[in-house]
Amino acid sequence: MTKKQLALVIDLNVCVGCHACVTSCKEWNNGGEAGPLTDQNPYGKDPSGAFFNRVQTFEVGAFPDTETVHFPKSCLHCEDPPCVPVCPTGASYKRAEDGIVLVDYDKCIGCKYCAWACPYGAREMDQQEKVMTKCTLCVDRIYDELLPPQDRQPACVMACPTNARLFGDVHDPESVVSKAIRERGGYALMPEWETQPANQYLPRRKTESKA
Amino acid sequence: MRPAWSVILLTTLIGAAQGLFLIVFALDVLRSPPRDFVVLSCGISLALLVAGLAASFFHLGHPERAWRAVAMWRTSWLSREVIVLPAFMAMVLVYAASESRVAGAIAAVLCLALFVCTAMIYACLKFLQEWHTPLTFVNFVLLGVASGLTLAVPLAVLRYPQFAGPLALAAFGAGALAWIVRVATLIRNARLRPKSTIQSAIGIAQPKIAQKAQGFMGGSFNTREFFHGKPKPVLGAVRWLFLALIFPAPAWLLGWGGGSLEVFLAAFALQFAGLLAERWYFFAEARHPQNLYYQSMA
Repeated sequence: MTKKQLALVIDLNVCVGCHACVTSCKEWNNGGEAGPLTDQNPYGKDPSGAFFNRVQTFEVGAFPDTETVHFPKSCLHCEDPPCVPVCPTGASYKRAEDGIVLVDYDKCIGCKYCAWACPYGAREMDQQEKVMTKCTLCVDRIYDELLPPQDRQPACVMACPTNARLFGDVHDPESVVSKAIRERGGYALMPEWETQPANQYLPRRKTESKA
Repeated sequence: MRPAWSVILLTTLIGAAQGLFLIVFALDVLRSPPRDFVVLSCGISLALLVAGLAASFFHLGHPERAWRAVAMWRTSWLSREVIVLPAFMAMVLVYAASESRVAGAIAAVLCLALFVCTAMIYACLKFLQEWHTPLTFVNFVLLGVASGLTLAVPLAVLRYPQFAGPLALAAFGAGALAWIVRVATLIRNARLRPKSTIQSAIGIAQPKIAQKAQGFMGGSFNTREFFHGKPKPVLGAVRWLFLALIFPAPAWLLGWGGGSLEVFLAAFALQFAGLLAERWYFFAEARHPQNLYYQSMA
């Protein structure tokens, strides 16, 4: 276990499915140190591209008792990431200092084995760069001392209009993410594979309406 | 999973090469076959290994960096395979050139290690339940040995004719055993219940959940790499095809084909075509849990 483990906590109770986190993620990671993050045929008939973050939508329950759940999906920065040990070159690694799972683009041979080894489908091959890509938790933002302290957060967190994305150290019991997990019943995806995702999700809550 | 032809060719070609080498080395130890039979067989085995290795490069986004793959042998079965395959090739070459039984024994150990590495690349992925079984290793070995034996028969006709008959009989038996274990694997996999569900994938304990959007309208790596994209009848047809081609068809030619060189070569060609179909099915059959997140386009 790493001493510090940075992670996102995603509040499904307030996510409205606006995709602002998707576009801000793409915008940030297509440029700067990490980029490019390429698209193929973006304005054509069959557009495609690499993304670190997507928002999906599910209908839960049986009519008429259904609710719409918007579900943001990105790399979960597992405490025991199955994508890392399978990498033959060491391009995939988990940082000891903050638990972020990263890909060294200069070492990656594009064999896609890490993508096979991730049960969540969090890794995508960039079809132009021919290397595996994934969420970096905006590692090139969060430590940037040229940015004002309140901006040293992942681009998706900055963009979210409903504050559905919390960012912090889940190994620090007093952090905003640890408190949210503790107090709001945070849970991990596909616990059956024992990957121990660092990112967790906060469930929907009943809201009483007062007329 | 989407079957990748580079990997299908790699695993089938090196499997036959490994089987052929093991048979020839065993014969060399037990029966002292003519030297040119050993050399010819090792040459064919090496050619198949080179072809398989060449095919594997087409799987890579950056083949020019392939040398980096030797780095993580402590944790990665793929890295171990990348080390063991060339080592095995080198020892087959030394064995064929030197007639040294010691070199042959080292090559045989590397050959078995290569079977372990290749199979474990798939079998170690625990959430690919179709692959996560010792049967993956057993199938790779049995199918490799069976195809190697079938290939050894025409080579024996050319350089070791008095042993072509027994080899054909052995190829028949190995084919039958491989076929039975492959069928057992199909039965096992048909009875699997996926451990992951849409409920565990998004963490909502409701029996009825329907995906309405996956976040994009076009395709993505996730919708291409993990789906074979073929209708169910195609899968069924491929299954029957490989079941017919990996044993019954070559067995008939081996047993009742008249025993000419052409017939034995045809038996190997049919069986190898069956192995290509078998490996295609091996990939297509595996259901990746990430597919739970990509069930509906709109």
